[in-house]
Amino acid sequence: MSVLVYVEQVEGKFKKSVFEAVSYAKAIADQQGTSLSAISIGNVADSELNELGKYGASKVLKVEADQLKNFVNQAYASVIAEAAQKEGANIIVLSNSFSGKGLAPRVAVKLKAGLVDGAVELPTTDGGFSVKKTAFSGKAFAIATLTSENKVIALNPNAFGVKENAASVTIETFSPEVKSSDLTAIVKEIVRATNKVSLPDAEVVVSGGRGLKGPENWGMVEELADLLGAATACSKPVSDADWRPHSEHVGQTGIAISPNLYIAIGISGAIQHLAGVSSSKVIVVINKDPEAPFFKVADYGIVGDAFEVVPKIIAALKAHKA
Amino acid sequence: MKIGLEYISLQLYYASITIFNLKIIMKILVCISNVPDTTTKITFTGDNTEFNTAGVQYIVNPYDEIALSRAIELAEGGKGTVTVINVGEATTEPTIRKALAIGADDAIRVNGAPRDAYFVATQIAEYAKSNDFDIILCGRESIDYNGSQVAAMIGELLDIPSISIIKKLDYDGSTATIEREIEGGKEVVSVSGKFLASCAEGTAEAKIPNMRGIMSARTKPLQVVEAVAVEEVGKISKFETPAPRGSVKLIPAESAEDLIGLLHSEAKVI
Ligand SMILES: Cc1cc2nc3c(=O)[nH]c(=O)nc-3n(C[C@H](O)[C@H](O)[C@H](O)COP(=O)(O)OP(=O)(O)OC[C@H]3O[C@@H](n4cnc5c(N)ncnc54)[C@H](O)[C@@H]3O)c2cc1C
Ligand SMILES: Nc1ncnc2c1ncn2[C@@H]1O[C@H](COP(=O)(O)O)[C@@H](O)[C@H]1O
Repeated sequence: MSVLVYVEQVEGKFKKSVFEAVSYAKAIADQQGTSLSAISIGNVADSELNELGKYGASKVLKVEADQLKNFVNQAYASVIAEAAQKEGANIIVLSNSFSGKGLAPRVAVKLKAGLVDGAVELPTTDGGFSVKKTAFSGKAFAIATLTSENKVIALNPNAFGVKENAASVTIETFSPEVKSSDLTAIVKEIVRATNKVSLPDAEVVVSGGRGLKGPENWGMVEELADLLGAATACSKPVSDADWRPHSEHVGQTGIAISPNLYIAIGISGAIQHLAGVSSSKVIVVINKDPEAPFFKVADYGIVGDAFEVVPKIIAALKAHKA
Repeated sequence: MKIGLEYISLQLYYASITIFNLKIIMKILVCISNVPDTTTKITFTGDNTEFNTAGVQYIVNPYDEIALSRAIELAEGGKGTVTVINVGEATTEPTIRKALAIGADDAIRVNGAPRDAYFVATQIAEYAKSNDFDIILCGRESIDYNGSQVAAMIGELLDIPSISIIKKLDYDGSTATIEREIEGGKEVVSVSGKFLASCAEGTAEAKIPNMRGIMSARTKPLQVVEAVAVEEVGKISKFETPAPRGSVKLIPAESAEDLIGLLHSEAKVI
């Protein structure tokens, strides 16, 4: 019995959400009185793999096969399931990232494991193994109780936090056999905006709605986001009108996020929008209509014209940083 | 002898139809989930163990509408057929009829309560095993349990590629070119042969049923098959509603700059 965490790499580096998953997996290993191993697939330097020790991984399996350089969920799932068997791991943790969502269910089926996606808390073990997860697009939480021998948990970004817990790590090369039938999906191209904070991982998000009138007015949204190291988001009608890309649309039919700070500018706060953002820790609403429903779920509110209010905030932030 | 020859030519004729069908007409299966309307206020009964369905309107899961709309586009002009499948009890039939009204050719309902993702995926995989589909499409997630689980589970059970959370899908009859979402960008993937994809926004514009669609939906075939038994791996034991937020602290617009100080020293988020 042990815990295995899959550490997703992006161009040979680990993001904060990975260290968060390792921290979470370590806490589960402690709970279970066992050790934590990590599995990394793709080319990652040992110096980067050693970082995983800071958060409690005592062993890292590295898989560097050339055919596995790019993420193909079918093949990666086989490798992770094999690693779990080799390590005798019965709890597998991964990040509930875009790739993680395509991976966790395949790993679960291979290991005949129950799966909790979108976990937001550590498991509780009195009266069964239960994990709290998001449900109904942020309108509720569900407690999933797993009864299977093996268990797979996909952790929501920003739900647990990064916790240092230094362990000494050993790095071990793992060379599983890769079936060619697992590699029929071929990655042709990867396009990634490197200078931007990605929305699902962001700790701060600045979001704009129809109140901003048109795409030409997003300059101040982006400036505010840049100053805060934040990602930008938008409401559905904004992406429907192509003012912003679909990948920025948050809400029930867009991405659900839970940053530490969500700033909503010119967004009314319709129930479908709130569904995707209501689990943000602090919500700031800027809207000229005092009756806007968003104020009911906001922590801080400014009733006013965004075109006057936002520049003031930008100026204050510049002064604060100076 | 004469009869024999006729018989043989009839067999050849059938065989050519079969070949024609296999080669030219692509078969698409779209998995549709029956979910509470997006405006539903979510409450629970039985000491928070059960979702309160009283007064709830059900709809086709919005992402599944996108998947279905793309399937219909791909099949247009006699290029293929679109079958929708739902795992659910008889109460889901209005949702299935809605999918038929949007433009699916026929429908399957696997009769059984959709207990969890593994149960649902097993039913769909069982059906797909005995009915040769070229493409299986799902939504990126169901808006009730938000698992993003069913699609990749079906892929695994059928041992075919599954591409999750896609925003573009082109298909030339044998090879698909797919864009999938990744953090801060996109990835272009190509697959030949059978595959499954789960669709997000961008894949297609959701189609709205027209009068003709609504009329014909009533008579399109809806076949009911019984669910197979599946071992239980877990269940939802309880629900919680998020803690209500305290009341909003209003900052006058004239002193909007005060927000920064509050976020820094009071909320401690910047
Ligand atoms: C099935 C379904 C799914 C949906 N899913 C989503 C979803 O995932 N995400 C989502 O966001 N929506 C979703 N919606 C749409 C949702 O119902 C709302 O229509 C949408 O969120 C409204 O967007 P908005 O707040 O930008 O625009 P509006 O509702 O038009 O609000 C604009 C706001 O801006 C304010 N405003 C105007 N001018 C100014 C100014 N100068 N300064 C400051 N404030 C100003 C106004 O007072 C108003 O409150 C969905 C709807 C349906 C039916
Ligand atoms: N009961 C069901 N019947 C048919 N398809 C389903 C069902 N539940 C989920 N799906 C499909 O699986 C996708 C992902 O659902 P989920 O894993 O619940 O988030 C949905 O968008 C549907 O395409």
